Amino acid sequence: MLTQDLRDLAYLLAAVLFIFDLKWMSHPRTAVRGNWAGVFGMAIAIVATLAGEPMTWQYILTGAVIGTVIGVVMATRVKMTAMPEMVGILNGFGGGASVLVAGAALVMAQRALAAGTPFGMQERVATAASAIIGAVTFFGSYVAFGKLAEFLAVKWDLKPWQSAIKYGFAAVTALGGLAYALVATFGGGGLPEGAAPLVWGTFLCFAAVGGLLLLRRSRFPGMDALKWAAAAASLALGAMLVVQPENGALFWLLAAVSSLLGVLLTISIGGADMPVTIALLNSYSGLAGAATGFVINNNVLIVAGSLVGASGIILTRIMCKAMNRSLANVLFGTLGPTSDTPDADEVYRTVKATSPEEIAMTLDGAQRVIIVPGYGMAVAQAQHAVQALAALLEQRGSQVEFAIHPVAGRMPGHMNVLLAEANVAYEKLREMDDVNAEMEQVDVAIVLGANDVVNPVAITDPKSPIAGMPIIDVSRARNVIMIKRSLSPGFAGIPNPLFAAANCQMFFSDGKKAINEIIQAVKEAS
Amino acid sequence: MGTFVAAFTVFVLAVFIGFEVISKVPSTLHTPLMSGSNAISGITIVGALILAGQPDTPRIVHLLAGVAVVFATINVVGGYLVTHRMLGMFRRKR
Repeated sequence: MLTQDLRDLAYLLAAVLFIFDLKWMSHPRTAVRGNWAGVFGMAIAIVATLAGEPMTWQYILTGAVIGTVIGVVMATRVKMTAMPEMVGILNGFGGGASVLVAGAALVMAQRALAAGTPFGMQERVATAASAIIGAVTFFGSYVAFGKLAEFLAVKWDLKPWQSAIKYGFAAVTALGGLAYALVATFGGGGLPEGAAPLVWGTFLCFAAVGGLLLLRRSRFPGMDALKWAAAAASLALGAMLVVQPENGALFWLLAAVSSLLGVLLTISIGGADMPVTIALLNSYSGLAGAATGFVINNNVLIVAGSLVGASGIILTRIMCKAMNRSLANVLFGTLGPTSDTPDADEVYRTVKATSPEEIAMTLDGAQRVIIVPGYGMAVAQAQHAVQALAALLEQRGSQVEFAIHPVAGRMPGHMNVLLAEANVAYEKLREMDDVNAEMEQVDVAIVLGANDVVNPVAITDPKSPIAGMPIIDVSRARNVIMIKRSLSPGFAGIPNPLFAAANCQMFFSDGKKAINEIIQAVKEAS
Repeated sequence: MGTFVAAFTVFVLAVFIGFEVISKVPSTLHTPLMSGSNAISGITIVGALILAGQPDTPRIVHLLAGVAVVFATINVVGGYLVTHRMLGMFRRKR
């Protein structure tokens, strides 16, 4: 028999291994070891939980097998360009598990309460917190996933798999709420007095969630008011649950209202703000785990959950700083052109379109070349072509490096993963500040599918919506080559005077095609 | 010291360790950091296992906790595996 003390020591060991996991993530040389430390920590925690107690095994084994199969399939199939979607959806599973564990623990506690064991204040508050944070995380993550995979809140027609997820998930949510209400009302012992409004309110909330998930746009009138109402209702219901923990219907109504809140908080967030959203949901998933730790009084959950919570908060802060925006502005505000924004036609009068051959001439004899990738590189799946171009230029004597803006792409570090996939050496991935310090020595800066993160008005125009945002200031390089489909604006909706600058050539094309044509032209020129 | 104060102490100290450790991770590794820390938040599996394994409990507890086991396992297995895949790309030498 494993005593509780031994078990707690095993949990401590697991917590220490989690800390090493994160510590070793600080360098690619040690990061693989760090990940293994995390795996062992998790294995120790699981074995310690299962060892030595009389257990009912069928639910554990069924659940573990199903979860493992889904997890392995997802992790091995996912493309590197789809990593933001993957991390988004994984966040959600953690949050969902927290709600369910808190719900199951509440039933156990109610039974114990009926038998005379008191239900402590800590567990009550933590149960309410698990329901709120967990439900917001689960539905918020689903929305983030749906927006990244471009099937939620979009006007255009969907592919069959997108429709299947979109309508399937919305239907399951609404029908799940209905099934719960029917079972609670007519099944078993019937409803306790006064529970009917709670039960049917739960159904209405889940039906509303299902409805919102079918919207074809990301905003609607009255949305902000509804957001605040849902937040206030979540807090009020949470407080009520703390006072009456024996009322199970209250827990599910709380989970339902929080689900609504999760959808409302994320559905209006634009693609360029996704790095912040994903980082924030990452933090929530940790906090939900910590809250569940307080529910079942388990230190390993508390430690692991708070580590992840802290990690997500730091990443959120880094992302907000990299956009020079406050978190509140990302969550509630909108970014767009103002009346001071200059007219695009005026700004773009002197734009020079160029050809692969001209670019090859510019690149000929260039000593230092930097490549600035943006989300466009991921969309065009151009990372392998980019690496081929870099290798070719290095063969011809240039020094080629990659300058990566912290918010380039749809999640923190997104570009780095894509370039690593294409075999770009870690040392060549440079951070924004280092590159900016050496920009005057750069002969050619190639910007691929990025716009606002290289827009010099962030420095020059204090009235601009992106004023003060840190940028990779390629305008100070001797030559700039912008590869872009058109002159359309980036997420800030403002024109970029760099496009019309004397040292800038525009190459209008799809990212991958453009790079391949440049490679061809460089080869032919030599 | 009550149970709550002890647990809360652990929570606060762990948050500080988290801040300390994570601030040292370079932005290049932020994506694997997120998927890896995500897998750690799958630790909720411990709670799910305890409840799903309780003998002699109402079926509803088993069902809720069983689904929680599925969710948490996806989180743990998917998270560590995809992190491993990504880190392999960073380590690969030509």
